[in-house]
Amino acid sequence: MTDHDHDHSRTFQPDHAEPTSDGARIGLALRELLIEAGHYTAGEEQSVIEAMQGASPENGGRIVAKAWNDAEYKERLLANGAEAIKELGYELEPYEFTVMENTADTHNVIVCTLCSCYPRALLGMSPAWYKSSSYRARVVREPRSVLAEFGVELSDDVSVRVHDSTAELRYMVLPQRPAGTDDWSEAQLAKLVTRNSLVGTERDLKIA
Amino acid sequence: MSEPWGPHDLGGQDGGPIDLAEHDTAYWEWQIDAMVRLALKKGLISDFAELRDGIEQLTPDDYARCTYYERWAKSLAYALVSRGVIDEKRLNEKIAAVKARQDAEGAA
Repeated sequence: MTDHDHDHSRTFQPDHAEPTSDGARIGLALRELLIEAGHYTAGEEQSVIEAMQGASPENGGRIVAKAWNDAEYKERLLANGAEAIKELGYELEPYEFTVMENTADTHNVIVCTLCSCYPRALLGMSPAWYKSSSYRARVVREPRSVLAEFGVELSDDVSVRVHDSTAELRYMVLPQRPAGTDDWSEAQLAKLVTRNSLVGTERDLKIA
Repeated sequence: MSEPWGPHDLGGQDGGPIDLAEHDTAYWEWQIDAMVRLALKKGLISDFAELRDGIEQLTPDDYARCTYYERWAKSLAYALVSRGVIDEKRLNEKIAAVKARQDAEGAA
């Protein structure tokens, strides 16, 4: 395959509201037609956008911290992710949700090779690299070198599991609890958890 | 390794280094995302599979050239025109109007 890494080669500035590519113009034109025809209102659009913007990796951080501090919760989370996440009051879209636990000898990383499925309802907008052609193409074949690009150097005795998401099944990684945090509160622990650690492109969480 | 099913079927293909730069989501991208979600909610399309199917119909060149939300926009346009929700002629007129407006704003 030739030069296919175009997913985010054109970065639109946030203050440039209307990019002039053909694809974006089709979207803007479609949006105006749908609103003019009364299929939805600008107010509904605003509500949907605000709801989407409300989701962030902090949600994942709270779930991870709860699992670190509550062995029974962790067991439920690993057995049935969707149900355990809903226990904490989060609303998920109707798909399966599987949480994969990192251990001393196993590292998990998630991808969606076919499109870019991501646990948006929980973690918010996916990072650009997650949607990039290179990440999607390479992480399933050469996960160790991809992880190295993220600064994660795995020793040979740590096995890597790559999980390919679908529209019906999303994943999240449960990172390892850092040493020296035994007496930390859940709120303190939650702050340690990063977006990339929930995707698996970061392994060792840092104690600030 | 088997042949890819289409331009979307990237797993195991070659690729360059991963660009780790963070990108803000532009407002028009949120608008396209919201449009797709509202189209689903209002029953204008049946499910995400329909949208993904449209994305997988893009030509390899188009797939490579488009950004993520441009693919969504093209796929939704295809689906809504196919279903008769949107008239193709009116869509083309509206695209021309958006372009004219942008050109005028750019010239101002």
